[in-house]
Amino acid sequence: MSGLHELSAKQALAGLRAGKISSVELTRAYLERIEQHNPRLNAYLYVSAESALQAAAAADKQYAKARRSKGGKLPALLGLPIAVKDVLAVAGMPATCGSRILENFVPSYTATSVQRLLDAGVVVLGKTNTDEFAMGSSTENSAYGVTRNPWDETRVPGGSSGGSAAAVAARLAPVALGTDTGGSVRQPAAFCGLTGLKTTYGRVSRYGLVAFGSSLDTVGVLARDAADAGLILKVMGGYDPQDATTVEKTPKLEKPSGRSLKGLKIGVPKEYFIEGLSAEVENGVREGIRQLEALGAKAVPVSLPHTEYALPVYYIIAPAEASANLARFDGVRYGLRVVQDDLIEMFKRSRGAGFGPEVKRRIMIGSYALSAGYYDAYYGQAQKVRALIRRDFDNVFKKVDIIAAPSTPSTAFRIGAHGNDPLEMYLEDVFTLPANLAGVPGLCVCAGFDGQGLPIGLQMLGPHFADERLLAVAAAYQKVTDWHKQGPAL
Amino acid sequence: MASKYQPVIGLEVHAVLETRSKMFCACPVVDSTVGEPNIAVCPICAGMPGMLPVINEAAVEYALRVALALNCTINLTSIFARKSYFYPDLPKGFQISQYEQPLAQNGWLTIDTVDGEQRVAIRRVHIEEDTGKLTHVERDGERYSLVDLNRSGVPLLEIVTEPELHSVEAVRNCAYALRSILRYVGVNSGNLEKGLMRIEPNISIRPVGSREFGTRAEIKNLNSFRSLERATTYELARQEQLVEAGGAVVQQTLGWDDARGTTQAQRSKEVAEDYRYFPEPDLPPLVVEKAWVEKIRKGLPELPQARRERFISKYGLKAYDANVIVAEREVADFYEAAVAAAKTADAKLIANWLTGPLFGLMNEAGVEMGDLRFGAKQLAALCDQVAVGKVNAAGAREVLGVLFAEGGSPASIIKARGLQQISDSGQLAAWVGEVIAAHPKQSADYLAGNAPLLNFLFGQVMQKAGGKANPAAVRDELQAQLSKLGK
Repeated sequence: MSGLHELSAKQALAGLRAGKISSVELTRAYLERIEQHNPRLNAYLYVSAESALQAAAAADKQYAKARRSKGGKLPALLGLPIAVKDVLAVAGMPATCGSRILENFVPSYTATSVQRLLDAGVVVLGKTNTDEFAMGSSTENSAYGVTRNPWDETRVPGGSSGGSAAAVAARLAPVALGTDTGGSVRQPAAFCGLTGLKTTYGRVSRYGLVAFGSSLDTVGVLARDAADAGLILKVMGGYDPQDATTVEKTPKLEKPSGRSLKGLKIGVPKEYFIEGLSAEVENGVREGIRQLEALGAKAVPVSLPHTEYALPVYYIIAPAEASANLARFDGVRYGLRVVQDDLIEMFKRSRGAGFGPEVKRRIMIGSYALSAGYYDAYYGQAQKVRALIRRDFDNVFKKVDIIAAPSTPSTAFRIGAHGNDPLEMYLEDVFTLPANLAGVPGLCVCAGFDGQGLPIGLQMLGPHFADERLLAVAAAYQKVTDWHKQGPAL
Repeated sequence: MASKYQPVIGLEVHAVLETRSKMFCACPVVDSTVGEPNIAVCPICAGMPGMLPVINEAAVEYALRVALALNCTINLTSIFARKSYFYPDLPKGFQISQYEQPLAQNGWLTIDTVDGEQRVAIRRVHIEEDTGKLTHVERDGERYSLVDLNRSGVPLLEIVTEPELHSVEAVRNCAYALRSILRYVGVNSGNLEKGLMRIEPNISIRPVGSREFGTRAEIKNLNSFRSLERATTYELARQEQLVEAGGAVVQQTLGWDDARGTTQAQRSKEVAEDYRYFPEPDLPPLVVEKAWVEKIRKGLPELPQARRERFISKYGLKAYDANVIVAEREVADFYEAAVAAAKTADAKLIANWLTGPLFGLMNEAGVEMGDLRFGAKQLAALCDQVAVGKVNAAGAREVLGVLFAEGGSPASIIKARGLQQISDSGQLAAWVGEVIAAHPKQSADYLAGNAPLLNFLFGQVMQKAGGKANPAAVRDELQAQLSKLGK
């Protein structure tokens, strides 16, 4: 059967349940596409063909058995292939995190998010490329080479979940897990024309996610549409006793149902329509908002006055946490070790050889921000401003149900475009960072294409635990638009 | 010491909270001084990528017991922090500890000093995790450091006193008092040799009468109370000599070398490490419910200080005996159970038998209260037998020896061994008469003024009686017959 890779996750699951397709066929279709396109795109760092086919065969058996016995509850995602970002641990598969320092590291444990999906029957196709330890916006910081954007292979797919985004956009996976610490799901979703969900902090367990900025890290989904992202969230979300920052009881928030957005109030923050935002992106986003209004929503201008401080605050807090999180990579227990006679020398040489320049830069920034005498001026101050940013959102969400804004200042940029200036690269995340600092959920949908045929992302933000509301709004939007259905010609 | 200088000493005590599992993972807490290395390790306490800590509630409860016993103010919200430094025994590259907002602060405990009771202020009590352990070995001419993570992540309580101790004796008594409290509330067995309790004094001196603090030195690596005393004495003398010779004390950490009886500089605080503390983002603030704290407070046992006062007033014990008995909860419990079970023997008699002969046997054999083969009831029964004169002291000691070695009931041991005391006056008079007749010279010398000879004659009578005669009655009869002889 050809064209299996064109099915969305939801369609594929329907086909599997109906017995029209088998998981082995579906999995093989993806593995063939990976074989064909991945050498160019470099979306996957590791492909688990053998174990994927085994899992698929087991899923098919389960389906057959259920059909024979006419009933029995089947796991929600039985036989569905997925790709997993390489910062999430899957037992028995490498977890390089895009870093040399973990080149040969194979964890013995599985991240809770992945485990829940496995328990629901998914088939893991492999691990996807990422900027080293998720630090970056283009996958150019991966030690294993850049991933290419399937829409234009001279361009980046965004990052850090660029491998997952490219894999889903190129139909090398129906759906993929990403992580979002400062925009690492939403920005690549925007660059690749996907639906990218950054979950509320505390909604999805971080157990087994190799930490970058612990108070900002979230597990998210890159999917072709909101319905597929919702399927994944439903399974992987929820309280995990192994992550003390997950929430036991989440509030039930109102969400639109069906096609109508009547009564939905959308805030449009003026601080997100600023100099540096490309005209084409702005037009696309405004057109998207008009579309939401056409569905019955009401758009009102709002203000998030501390938005301009999000970037400096983020680039203190995230590196500070990273500097401690990455201290464990010392060559003692696992990972790269450069053998030396002297202990301190071994630490220095191992870390020096194992970490790339961006990671080193952030470790230095973070160590500095936490050091005696500078703590109050940097880390302490950043935490205070972070509280103000969070309050901005709390205030706005008293008045509106969601916020709509651009995801990125521009569409996908060329590989190497920001090669010499880390600050330029940091500015890529200017519209996505605030949500991480506030811990609120964010979602990116494709809202059209620019003159060069590159996808434009519309970002929606909601109050804490309004993940489903964002998905419902996106689903309504995707019922009347077809941007999300378009795929790159490979 | 009669010196121009006053010692100013504070204690920093690390006590393992002997919970079943570690502070932030489900690994068991095992004795890390014996057995195989790395048998109680999981990805969390090995600091593997992606692992997260989860607070062990039992450890928090243990910590609260100690904090309440030390009269601390409990911070209902406290914060865990990361303390960063690189070392192979620290898997994550940081230790989870508490820094700016500890679990508890501003407490006190009472200790004895030569000048009477002293209230020592507790600055703070906080929870943290222990590190692993390194062993340095040489194999085939190559030197290796081996890492054992059994201890990594074991819950620790850090207790910091204010620098208010002014003598070696006060240091010792404060350390003992802390140990006693830790044991009373059932969180720590107080074993210094195994490192379950680590005491680090910070020591400075200042001219008598001065209110300023001198520069302090911290001493580590003290694995017995004896080394605590020796090291403190040594360091005070070293600082005094240094200052007297015109030198200055340097702020530093010193390691005690027990074999050589000296300290060695471990690291200078001049180039103090910057631990880059910041709140642990993987753990929300630790919130303890007030009701829970009160429940724990109510559940605390009577603490050594209060118990000592009660023993003195209720049982009429001397302060010294009361101290010895209350120092360990098991001993005090045993004592009170014996007092309650005794029919004739009074509390003082029982205290004497407990702290004298029984402690002697226990010390000699290295046995703890919990290991005894007999209970408080048997001690009470034995003391009853003594009190009613059924057995004399020597016989009772023999009975105690049998109880200690084999257990059993005092009454049947006395019977089986024929240890019943002989008080029959006819029998005693006959034995006394025989002894005087057999030792005319000693009897005459005694009457001539050589008083100690009475003991010799007494011993002869007891020998004849096989040790079973009532000693008081024997003395009376001896004196009566001798004085008759002298007339």
